[in-house]
Amino acid sequence: MRKLRKHVVRLLIVLVIGGFLGATLVRLAPGFGVDEEELDSRLSQESIEAVRQSNAAQGSLAGYYVHYLSQLAHGDLGVSRTLHQPVRQLLAERLPETLKSVGLGLALGWSAGLALAMVAVMSRTGLADLIASLLASVLLCFPAAVMALLFVLAQAPGRLVVGLIVFPKIFHYARNLLVRSASLPHVLTARAKGLGGIRVLLWHILPIAAPQLLALTGISFSLAFAAAIPVEVLCDLPGIGQLAWEAAMGRDLELLVNLTMLVTLVTLLANSAADMAVHRCEEGEA
Amino acid sequence: MKWVRRSAIAFLLAVAAACVLADYVTPADYAHQFRDVPDAASSPQHLLGTDALGRDRLSRLLYGTRVSLLLAPAAALLSSVLAALIGGAAGFVGGWMETCVMAATDLFLSLPWLFLLITVRAFLPLNVSPIVSVAITFALLGCLGWAGAARVICADARTLCGSDIVLLARASGSSGFRLLWRHVVPNLKPVLYAQFWISVPVFILTEANLGMLGLGVAEPLPSWGSLLRELESFSSFSAQPWQFAPLFLLIVTVSCFHLALRKEELCA
Repeated sequence: MRKLRKHVVRLLIVLVIGGFLGATLVRLAPGFGVDEEELDSRLSQESIEAVRQSNAAQGSLAGYYVHYLSQLAHGDLGVSRTLHQPVRQLLAERLPETLKSVGLGLALGWSAGLALAMVAVMSRTGLADLIASLLASVLLCFPAAVMALLFVLAQAPGRLVVGLIVFPKIFHYARNLLVRSASLPHVLTARAKGLGGIRVLLWHILPIAAPQLLALTGISFSLAFAAAIPVEVLCDLPGIGQLAWEAAMGRDLELLVNLTMLVTLVTLLANSAADMAVHRCEEGEA
Repeated sequence: MKWVRRSAIAFLLAVAAACVLADYVTPADYAHQFRDVPDAASSPQHLLGTDALGRDRLSRLLYGTRVSLLLAPAAALLSSVLAALIGGAAGFVGGWMETCVMAATDLFLSLPWLFLLITVRAFLPLNVSPIVSVAITFALLGCLGWAGAARVICADARTLCGSDIVLLARASGSSGFRLLWRHVVPNLKPVLYAQFWISVPVFILTEANLGMLGLGVAEPLPSWGSLLRELESFSSFSAQPWQFAPLFLLIVTVSCFHLALRKEELCA
């Protein structure tokens, strides 16, 4: 319970600091407070003055913080300048698409990476290890954007690219961990006593590597979200990766900051969940 | 596997030499337009053909390689220096400073790298001269890529501070900056080198991703990222295979960087 409280406090601190930094960046960015509505010749002088006054209310840095945080507390994330839609609505529309890509990518990357790492460790000839390592090394050298483009050209589902980006990192890390665990004295003794390969793997190698593998889940979330940007842009998937790119190209800073904070929140939640799972694992072992 | 490592280093040296000598070996400047032959196929005059604007692809590839291969190490150097300063100081001083730095690195590492990068990139002007865009892109990579390396360096500095050599130096009256400069920093050099070399391929790939999204180096200056953008107008694999030359060179170069690194360096 104490651990959970600690994680929640850490998460809140990070969000407040992130919110302040984001708000400062938006506030200090060139062009802040300039509204194109002021140039609309159809508006009356009173309307223009009203627009100016509404912008001036956020004029000072402190005023802007208060305004930003009170909006945030009410769940109001502002309005996108480029898409002219509430940020909250945009996120609600686009987040499921990205979660689908990220979920599928993580499932593919983890299952392929872990399975191949286990095969590589258990194989006696070393051929499987060589082939899997070569595949992972080649994939590690491909930029995510190029891979997405090649998938578009091959008319293959673009979501798979996220999995291919996550796979080599999972494979290398899991393989190294499993190799290290497989060389421990008790595993060698179990083998010498004639225990079967699968049994040794499931009962003696995997439980030792499990906490560190669990810790990797948090990082793999971050990797998958980062890969989602080029994949969604190039494969035309309407998720938050594509939204972030559109916001970057249109310098829609408020939208970008909110998006980055949302993804950071999801990543931090995943990291905290992984940390808690590792803690439970270690407690169980103790 | 010594020969694999040596071959990788030899390839990297050959590519570096070709980039340095680009002014002499290329048929034209990277921005020169052969207006009568746009989108030309591979020929003796233009070995990799020309792009839609009639610019020689080989020239652009070599100049682009020069930009990416010169500036990715520069960005890696910047991030390694930042990591050494932040991580080294945290590990050496310890206490609350180490706690704060570790919390900051935790935060940085949990931020989705590309989201952070495009957010910070969008805060800076997008419509800038090509040279400024190159500087901004690689400076950002350098400034935002320090966290992972700082963590490793901090852990190493902390271990070093408790080692016999540092204890002996302390007992001999060495302290503060002198202790850091004469005993800690020289022993951190191998880790710093490893972090530097590990960062180079990472930055090359990130620049390629940014370039393909239109947030990297601006036209007409070529870089691997901006050259790969040309693939977007591609319709089939077999139509103009020489257009894949930048991708092939990028993959082989990044692979060579990985192969050139020793196992211990990759583990670090």
